[in-house]
Amino acid sequence: MTESVLLALAVGVLVGIAAAVLLVVAWRVIRLSRELGTAAERATYSTLHLASQAATHVRGGLDSGDPQRAVRPLRQLLDCRVLALADDHGVLAIDAGPADQRLAEHLRETAERLAAEVRAGDKPQVFRGIDPTGRGVQATDAVAAPIIAGDRTAGAIVAFSPSVKPGLVRATGEVAEWVAAQLELAELDASRAALAEAEVKALRSQISPHFIYNALTAIASTITTNPPRARDLVLEFADFTRYSFRRQGDFTTLADELRSVDSYLQLERARFGERLTLTLQVAPEVLSTVIPFLSVQPLVENAVRHGLEPKPDGGRITIRASDAGAFALIEVEDDGVGIDPERLRGILAGRPSADHVGVRNVDARLRQLYGDEHGLVVDTNLDAGTLVRMRVPKSQPQNTTTPSARM
Amino acid sequence: MNPLLGYIAIAAVTLATAFIGFFGLRISRTTQDFYVASRTVRPWWNASAIGGEYLSAASVLGIAGLILLQGAGGLWFPIGYTAGYLMLLLFVAAPLRRSGAYTIPDFTGARLESRLVRRLTTVLVILIGWFYIVPQLQGAALTIRITTGLPSWTGALAVSVIVGLIVAAGGMRSITFVQAFQFWLKLTAIAVPAVFLLITVGREGGPGVDLDAAFPAALGPASLDVYSTVSLVIALLLGTMGLPHVLVRFYTNPDGPAARRTTLIVLGLLSVFYVFPTIIGLLGRAFAPELAASGEADAVVLLLPSMVIGGLLGDVLTALVIAGAFGAFLSTSSGLVVSLAGVISQEVAGGSVRGFRIAAIASSLVPLAVALLLEPGGLAGSVGLVFAFTASTLCPVLVLGIWWRGLTARGAVTGMLGGGLFCGAAILLGPLLAAAGGAPAWLAAALAQPAAWTVPLTFALTVVVSHLDRRRIPRGVDRVMARLHVPEGAA
Repeated sequence: MTESVLLALAVGVLVGIAAAVLLVVAWRVIRLSRELGTAAERATYSTLHLASQAATHVRGGLDSGDPQRAVRPLRQLLDCRVLALADDHGVLAIDAGPADQRLAEHLRETAERLAAEVRAGDKPQVFRGIDPTGRGVQATDAVAAPIIAGDRTAGAIVAFSPSVKPGLVRATGEVAEWVAAQLELAELDASRAALAEAEVKALRSQISPHFIYNALTAIASTITTNPPRARDLVLEFADFTRYSFRRQGDFTTLADELRSVDSYLQLERARFGERLTLTLQVAPEVLSTVIPFLSVQPLVENAVRHGLEPKPDGGRITIRASDAGAFALIEVEDDGVGIDPERLRGILAGRPSADHVGVRNVDARLRQLYGDEHGLVVDTNLDAGTLVRMRVPKSQPQNTTTPSARM
Repeated sequence: MNPLLGYIAIAAVTLATAFIGFFGLRISRTTQDFYVASRTVRPWWNASAIGGEYLSAASVLGIAGLILLQGAGGLWFPIGYTAGYLMLLLFVAAPLRRSGAYTIPDFTGARLESRLVRRLTTVLVILIGWFYIVPQLQGAALTIRITTGLPSWTGALAVSVIVGLIVAAGGMRSITFVQAFQFWLKLTAIAVPAVFLLITVGREGGPGVDLDAAFPAALGPASLDVYSTVSLVIALLLGTMGLPHVLVRFYTNPDGPAARRTTLIVLGLLSVFYVFPTIIGLLGRAFAPELAASGEADAVVLLLPSMVIGGLLGDVLTALVIAGAFGAFLSTSSGLVVSLAGVISQEVAGGSVRGFRIAAIASSLVPLAVALLLEPGGLAGSVGLVFAFTASTLCPVLVLGIWWRGLTARGAVTGMLGGGLFCGAAILLGPLLAAAGGAPAWLAAALAQPAAWTVPLTFALTVVVSHLDRRRIPRGVDRVMARLHVPEGAA
């Protein structure tokens, strides 16, 4: 490399840094000029700004959030020397101005004691004449307030100031209540997420027992007539259940799902024999698409049970998967007896029914995961076969599949 | 030459592309025991598909033209295009494949947890895609004008209409097979004429090549301007990562090892391919020095067979080259249009099928308008500028997003905007300044090949702003980083 290239690289880096600094300065200037206003406006703004800064870090809950980052804006809000935030187990975070860093370390134990003391009650308490260093210098007062979220005391905040006035006492009480309200919101968020997850898990677990029953009857029918075949089928069944009962992950790849469909169809063929034919048209581009765990297999199962089984001479099942822009289109079609559209509508709407559990379940999960426009689309009529279509976004950075267990 | 052969070649390629696109998937299996694992795309197929999509008009026509024009300087393009894959393999391919994000906007949006970043990346991807299609259409215009004598706009119009219709009608469902077919078509279309040319030239009593006259030592590598060359190579190396249609192909691999093997095969296939445009460029210097004018040089691949060989054989070889060139326009454009239509429809129309169709038509018509308005430049050169722009906008955000946990949304936005602004300004001002004349040589060079200073600029801007903004490092960064970097199967 010669000078010209090095020069270009250096100029690039320098212009980049200069532009970045310039931007940040301009940003600060704009923000400052925006802050100008009446004293009351400025006070309101800075209070709300500090509160919202603290809120982002408290909203995760006291143990999973970032208390050290939350406590700094709160200290600025109260304008006290040192502020400590404690939960049941002790001081989570303590913050002091740059001049008071050493003081803060001395006060940690005191803060812990005061927090424990105040948690018993439900009102802010004032403590006077605390001597952190034991040498009589830097004696300070403190006010501590419990954080009562719901009906339990989640922790306490302790504010140290050279002389505590009634204003600080009141403000500390208010801040403690505000933190409590944020914690309640955090709990609400967490329980909402847990609910959604539990719903998906519940939907998922409906499938397996349904299938086991069907598979075992299929195996039973071959045990006396053809024992080696029955043995193969039991192994196939073992493979299938290993996949279906795996614990981790609500998602899988289309390739893995199709593999389990294969196991399933092996079992079904034990009963249908030549009456069941299968056509596959799978675009290789979508084999690695992430799909909800056990979302294709129930559709195939539905096609077999409700489409082909009632037909005396069986029929054909076609599974198609194709690439449609940002989506993968998966279709399961049978040329069986079909179903009355009105009845199907009732089933998908959630009317209790012993039949078609799988289809309803897949539909509900797809809607929950990807939104209502991604529910199943079913084309069917009596004696006209059934075509079930699902459209899954290919891009799902938020959903992970645990790697497939090699079978 | 006889235009009829040209028409037949174009029609045949178009029909073959449409046929494989629509019906490739229908060759389905009715087996009693299928096993999915054996049905995934083999690395060879996938590598051919990547090659087919990647080898654009710039590769098939542009490189030979550039070697004719500049001599050794033109050789850096094939090197850069190929080595860009090495960068992709080293820094981006595997982590991005693990991320689960299917497009670059999906990745940046999820990594930085920001809608603004997502939007901005989308806009950049669309812009880059459109400007990458423009040289393809210009290549088509040139091909049609040279070989059939029709006005040049017909070529651009034909390609964009064909591509728009095929993609909108869902004819790219089996895109892997289409693109794999296109690779072998392009390789045949350029290798066979090159071999025949070599035989004609080298046989007893043939015209022979005076190498010293065609490639004087004064035009060798030593004569190259170091700054321009390094800048070009930086652009080509880093630009490949950000091209919207390149990354998608890696998802077709079933797993990481297959992705690595695919990339290795791609490197081999591209290396083999680029031997032939280089040969034709060299022969062009010997036999068609009169073509060495800007705008005409790219036609050397099309004209050389009939000039050197002549007769029916020359015409047939020319038709073969036309077929390969048209394959290049069609495959690169359709790959890009599919990616762009996916991105646009997802962002604007919520991913509906109708939205995809409209977006596909729009994505082929906008570049057509640009191609008709712009004065056609050298094909390889225009593609090089698109690479420079990509390297200065998307590449830093991708690389930092994968390898640096400190990246923030604001850093990414300022980086992409700043890099895009400086690089875009250089690309726009460069020709104006050159036309006005009187600019110092270093400024002209810096504007003509901006990557050497705009890429570090973007990196610096992104890093500094992210560092000043470190309070806003996304919360989920540890989870995302773990997903990107923990190999599959180790979880």
